[in-house]
Amino acid sequence: MENVKDTQWPIWEVFIQSQPGTPYKHAGSVHGSDKEIAMQNARDTYFRRNEGTSIWLVPTDCIIASNPDDAEMFFDPSNDKAYRHPTFYTMPEGALNI
Amino acid sequence: MEHIDHLKVFETKIEQDINIEAKDWMPDDYRKHLIRQISQHAHSEVIGMQPEGNWITRAPSLRAKKILLAKIQDEGGHGLYLYSAAETLGIGRDELIQQLHDGKAKYSNIFNYPSLTWADIGAIGWLVDGAAIVNQVSLQRTSYGPYSRAMVRICKEESFHQRQGYEIMAKMMAGTAAQREMAQDAMNRWWWPALMMFGPHDTDSPHTGNAVKWKIKRQSNDTLRQKFIDKTVQQAEVIGLTIPDPDLKWNEEKKSYDHGEINWNEFREVINGNGPCNRQRMSNHIKAHEEGEWVRKAASAYSNKQKLRVSQ
Ligand SMILES: [Fe+2]
Ligand SMILES: [Fe+2]
Repeated sequence: MENVKDTQWPIWEVFIQSQPGTPYKHAGSVHGSDKEIAMQNARDTYFRRNEGTSIWLVPTDCIIASNPDDAEMFFDPSNDKAYRHPTFYTMPEGALNI
Repeated sequence: MEHIDHLKVFETKIEQDINIEAKDWMPDDYRKHLIRQISQHAHSEVIGMQPEGNWITRAPSLRAKKILLAKIQDEGGHGLYLYSAAETLGIGRDELIQQLHDGKAKYSNIFNYPSLTWADIGAIGWLVDGAAIVNQVSLQRTSYGPYSRAMVRICKEESFHQRQGYEIMAKMMAGTAAQREMAQDAMNRWWWPALMMFGPHDTDSPHTGNAVKWKIKRQSNDTLRQKFIDKTVQQAEVIGLTIPDPDLKWNEEKKSYDHGEINWNEFREVINGNGPCNRQRMSNHIKAHEEGEWVRKAASAYSNKQKLRVSQ
């Protein structure tokens, strides 16, 4: 143990599901030497008042994020395809439930 | 590859109230300002656990003890949310703690005052958390995304803090003459330091320029202080406490209270390390940190051993 460096432990990103059936949402991060301790810390840090029923933990360095500098170019292809939206289509007069 | 004018993109986002996120380009000074402000905020939450921790074993009932424990645990959580936000700017928590221990990073002056009686626990919740709430509500709209989201989370938890403090004060004011005296004494000692929490007057606040331009700070020190005074005076009156400021009076024209001169000498003295508890707060923090070292190391050693096992 003498040769182990004193650190604040690796960082984990915390995602919480507030109710069964809803999507997981990023809450913040915690430190933990391993996944068990990170899970305990996530519970103590982000779940003091029924904030949810389930936690996902991801080591921070495993998150792959898109590059904000490329955002415009990268997300551009979806901008000009109005036909992907239902409002693009003209429905015949009088047609119901469509 | 076309050239991106990063500064312009940044400034446009600020102008349009679009949050800056961790991976976005930002000016060096914006990053530095945020690290300083968020870490100071985080340290305040953690150091702020000490004056209240002082009363856990002496809380007057089991109900009071449970509430105080929950409140202090929240403050520890607030510290962690904020360290987590600061870390998105590329600085580690160990470095932030080192800066605190080296005296390079500050924490809120208010926590250098002692909590002498049980009424102080009431005054801290009501006035100190009350002042912090006014500031934090405003910061929910700060321009840096992770900081703003931490503020939203914190604000949700804060109103219980203020209400439990006010309840203590109200109960004492409805009690014996000695209890009323104790409550008023706590009020007298905490009122002015609470007003100082908002920082120097706008006319001589050194950091405001860029912070306002970059929308890190959304409202000025004096504006926030005024808000706090205006809502607290009525609460004091309802339970029969006197605000210890003979110059405090309602100003019909501006529809808010005028207040007396704040003792900025005292503020500077405390900030420069000469408050009643500065040394004690810091030595407690350093001691706890050092005593935790073997735990952090042991857990790291265990984790390393597990990894070795898996890879064999
Ligand atoms: Fe707090
Ligand atoms: Fe609080």
